[in-house]
Amino acid sequence: MFLLKLLSRNAFRHVLRTLLTILGITVAILAFGLLQTVVSAWYAGANASSSARLISRNAISLVFSLPISYRDRIRSIEGVAAVSYANWFGGVYVTEKNFFPSFAIEPGSYLELYPEFVLAPDEKQAFLLDRKGCVIGRKLAERFGWKVGDTIPLKGTIFPGTWEFVVRGIYSGAEKSTDENQFFFQWEYLNESLKKTVARRADQTGVYIIGLKNPQNAAEVALAVDSTFKNSLAETLTETEKAFQLSFVSMTEAIVVAIRIVSFVVIIIIMVVVANTMAMTARERIGEYAIFKAMGFQAHHIAGMVFGESLFITTMGGCLGILLTFPVARKFGEVMGNFFPVFQVDRSTIYMDLLFCLIVGIVAGIFPTWRAVRIKVADGLRRIG
Amino acid sequence: MPASAQQQVIVSINAVSKSYRRGNQPIPVLEGISFEIVRGEFLALMGPSGSGKSTLLNLIAGIDNVDSGSIVIDGIDIATLNESELARWRAAHVGFIFQFYNLIPVLTAFENVELPLLLTSLSRTERREHVEAALAVVSLSDRLEHYPSQLSGGQQQRVAIARAIVTDPTILVADEPTGDLDRVSAGEILGLMERLNAEQGKTIIMVTHDPRAAEKAHIIRHLEKGLLTDVSP
Repeated sequence: MFLLKLLSRNAFRHVLRTLLTILGITVAILAFGLLQTVVSAWYAGANASSSARLISRNAISLVFSLPISYRDRIRSIEGVAAVSYANWFGGVYVTEKNFFPSFAIEPGSYLELYPEFVLAPDEKQAFLLDRKGCVIGRKLAERFGWKVGDTIPLKGTIFPGTWEFVVRGIYSGAEKSTDENQFFFQWEYLNESLKKTVARRADQTGVYIIGLKNPQNAAEVALAVDSTFKNSLAETLTETEKAFQLSFVSMTEAIVVAIRIVSFVVIIIIMVVVANTMAMTARERIGEYAIFKAMGFQAHHIAGMVFGESLFITTMGGCLGILLTFPVARKFGEVMGNFFPVFQVDRSTIYMDLLFCLIVGIVAGIFPTWRAVRIKVADGLRRIG
Repeated sequence: MPASAQQQVIVSINAVSKSYRRGNQPIPVLEGISFEIVRGEFLALMGPSGSGKSTLLNLIAGIDNVDSGSIVIDGIDIATLNESELARWRAAHVGFIFQFYNLIPVLTAFENVELPLLLTSLSRTERREHVEAALAVVSLSDRLEHYPSQLSGGQQQRVAIARAIVTDPTILVADEPTGDLDRVSAGEILGLMERLNAEQGKTIIMVTHDPRAAEKAHIIRHLEKGLLTDVSP
């Protein structure tokens, strides 16, 4: 108790210096937390993927489609529980600034395979019955103020023309990590239009989503699917949903690595700042440490005082930084919702924040403690006066 | 001083030498110093600057090490103690009074006096009793919650004396205790030290430049260029 009292009073002996140091730590922890959350958001799709689903796409590239006739052949493969399919639509609302992910899906099987998209039964029924219907995520609806029954025109970027959809349902995510910014409509609507306009593009789909009977058989089933279509005009590449999502992340790996490096550099910089503050403090108090030693206090007592003060300052700054991370991340997520549909502070980020506070506090205290502990009493006393 | 105490040697300094180094050059500070101090004595060490009196005081207080010779205090040769043992020994046997009081500015008078007791096994209540008693001795019972900056120089030095006596140490060492005080405050501090010596039998070793301060001592020892030059009762 006495030590805590001494530490807190010592810490605020130079109020401005301490407050600025705490502010520096707060900003560093906040920046670290946000950057780590950006990295987590990058992997959100992969993290939210299910091990019970495989994705099959054209082996040449995702740009090329697969015939719809593959559906029944995939369904007949041993270990496959369900099959659905989806096409990336890439529509924009009014201007390209209003971008969000939009997919043409086979609604019945797709919603069965993705139970994380929670839709009210009546809304689901309405969606299944309306070929021009669509379902949208809760955040997307909030973003544009859309309601059930609204008609939404999308400009096709891959499939030219203006496409009109009627909102039949608004889904919410079963998990916090579920993307609530997506737009789904019936694949049949797209296909019928293509039959009339660009017939050669009809009866095609971008990917097949394969539900597994047993996730442990993922590798065997993927191999079986790819073997089935080997030497065909459209060979498949089948992988787990996670691997499929990670293939997108890997395209931007360099950015993720850069963000990670910057986040750690921020911590190193603040470590140097705190070390400097503690070094100044210890230099000013060498005489006092000598007095403590003269009275019989030993090296571990002195070390406790210096480390304690360093940890006290870093903990205060760190806690403030952590507390601020949540509201700032929420605001950041709202503003950057287009790019990061799932933007939430992970528990692991908070643990890393706390760990770094501890490391910064300890590392910053090492040199001042070494000086304070090594000072000879007589030498230290000579510096007073 | 009681007759029995007159005979009891509490500090025995035997052929103590000490030098410092300036580069490769050894600078002798004390050379072959020997003398004894009996329990309850009030001794003043005098001498010009650089004569080695503060160094000798530091050696007696166990905050510096001798190059040769021995210092035996209450039966313990402190030259043989390691750093950690010396720290424990100082906590139990030495009370320090410094020229610049050396109070911890962020602690109240009460907390400053309590500091040495944190190294003992006393309970919080017992510590409180000891601190209040020590501050009563120096007539500062009404300043318990005052910070050093809220006290005059004389009052700060009285708090420092309370801190020095609160553990009831074997010896009190004072380095120019009145050096930073005006004449009135200096008189009060010297009176207090005299009282501690006379009424509580505290053994006091004081370094001073001030002949008026030295007058309060029973014995004055003069040092010059690291050597004891004379002894006056």
